[in-house]
Amino acid sequence: MSMEVLLQQIVNGLVVGSVYALVALGYTMVYGILQLINFAHGDIVMIGALTALFTASALLGAGVPPILALVISIFVAMLVCAVIGVATERLAYRPLRNAPRLAPLITAIGVSILLQQIAILVFGRNYFSFPELISKTPIALGVVTITLNEIIIFFASIALMAGLLWLVHRTKIGTAMRATAENQKVAGLMGIDINRVIAFTFAIGSALGAIAGVMVASNYGQAHYFMGFMLGLKAFTAAVMGGIGNLWGAMIGGLILGLVENVGLIFVRGDYKDIFAFVVLVLVLIFRPQGLIGERVAERA
Amino acid sequence: MSALLDVKGLEVAYGGIRAIKGIDFHVNEGELVTLIGANGAGKSSTLRALSGLVKPAGGRVLYRGQDITGTPSHTLVGLGIALCPEGRGVFARLTVHENLLMGAFSRNDDEQIAREVDEIYTMIPRLKERTRQLAGTLSGGEQQMLAIGRAMLARPRLLMLDEPSMGLAPLMVEKIFEIIDLIAKRGTTILLIEQNAQLALENAHRGYVLESGEIILAADSKSLLADPRVKEAYLGG
Repeated sequence: MSMEVLLQQIVNGLVVGSVYALVALGYTMVYGILQLINFAHGDIVMIGALTALFTASALLGAGVPPILALVISIFVAMLVCAVIGVATERLAYRPLRNAPRLAPLITAIGVSILLQQIAILVFGRNYFSFPELISKTPIALGVVTITLNEIIIFFASIALMAGLLWLVHRTKIGTAMRATAENQKVAGLMGIDINRVIAFTFAIGSALGAIAGVMVASNYGQAHYFMGFMLGLKAFTAAVMGGIGNLWGAMIGGLILGLVENVGLIFVRGDYKDIFAFVVLVLVLIFRPQGLIGERVAERA
Repeated sequence: MSALLDVKGLEVAYGGIRAIKGIDFHVNEGELVTLIGANGAGKSSTLRALSGLVKPAGGRVLYRGQDITGTPSHTLVGLGIALCPEGRGVFARLTVHENLLMGAFSRNDDEQIAREVDEIYTMIPRLKERTRQLAGTLSGGEQQMLAIGRAMLARPRLLMLDEPSMGLAPLMVEKIFEIIDLIAKRGTTILLIEQNAQLALENAHRGYVLESGEIILAADSKSLLADPRVKEAYLGG
């Protein structure tokens, strides 16, 4: 193995990992506040990707410049995903809030399938190609090559994560989110409308997911209705690896997973790439079930 | 004088079992009223019903003449009712300072809030030394102080305290009651639920004795302290 190949795979891993991290944040935020694994989150990401793809293509067709088309389509995707995220919480999860934990989990899988079917109805079941809005011409950077698109994906992800940390730790609504995650009853006594805080959490997580969807679709140049499944599973793995419920854990877990997967590619054929995520998941569950940055995992009394 | 809080025929039931069997009591503006009783007498159920945590099975709760029966807890805060819950309920993973700010969640007057946070720190210096500490690292007594300070930041007209002495060392209990006394003297109306009848009655104007979901005695604190039935049942003979 040469040093150049290793460095190249590390760069690729960081780019992919930063997207995993964004998606993992959606899982971990919802888990933190509701102790629910929202398996439909991957499909929210898919809806974001397809919405942006069709919006961008339409705008390009109307002669809108690529950068403007990108910005508008990201905003449209964020809005659509935030609305869908809030709606799923309101319609599917809230009625089950006091039900045994298995019920909302199975519901989440149902919502996931539902969203895929809706995507087929609205967009179709084909692979659609994502327009090249930012240059994907490789740039040589020392021994590694990277595209402008990848550079923007990586730094935009980091900026979004920093923004989220700021929101959660430095603002009133963020403090209310943490308070609600810890004790909903007492949060209510403080005058916090916990339903609004939970809806807000879904909106933020889904909007981040939408951006991640645009990143994935632009990186691979395509999108389709089933793309959220594997991406969602991997991001979930990243969240578990970092310690689900913990924001830092999701971010670090995402980056590590991206690195493991891409460095692993040096040793096995590309077809087996997806194995790494799940080997990592099994190993983490066996040896460190609370995750790398393990917070309390104990069931609430 | 009309009562600030007027409870009429309040009933609370859990799955058909009536924990509170139609009780009446009231709290006047500026008073410190205590509800005492043994474990399981229904003290906490009463408070839970008043604060919107459980829906009453019957009866009415009037606050400043307005019917607030079954109002959700997050709305009550805006009306001026704050509950300091049993077992303190501080947010363990938030700092002391963040806990206090959450008490003022429904308010938007940031500068005034900052001034009142400073007042709390002056009143309870122990909290000031621990501003940036996570609330979960505080001792039980400090958490109780924090919970009371946090409730005060809602600027309540009526402060309801649920078993503030629970699980605390005698010295700490004394400190907590000093703080309660101070709050009462500054004019906040207080409804105090306590198992420690002696301390509660020493500090309160009036008291009610709750037994098996019913109020069996109601009088001013002095008479209750002197009452042979209270002495025997709650004050250790």
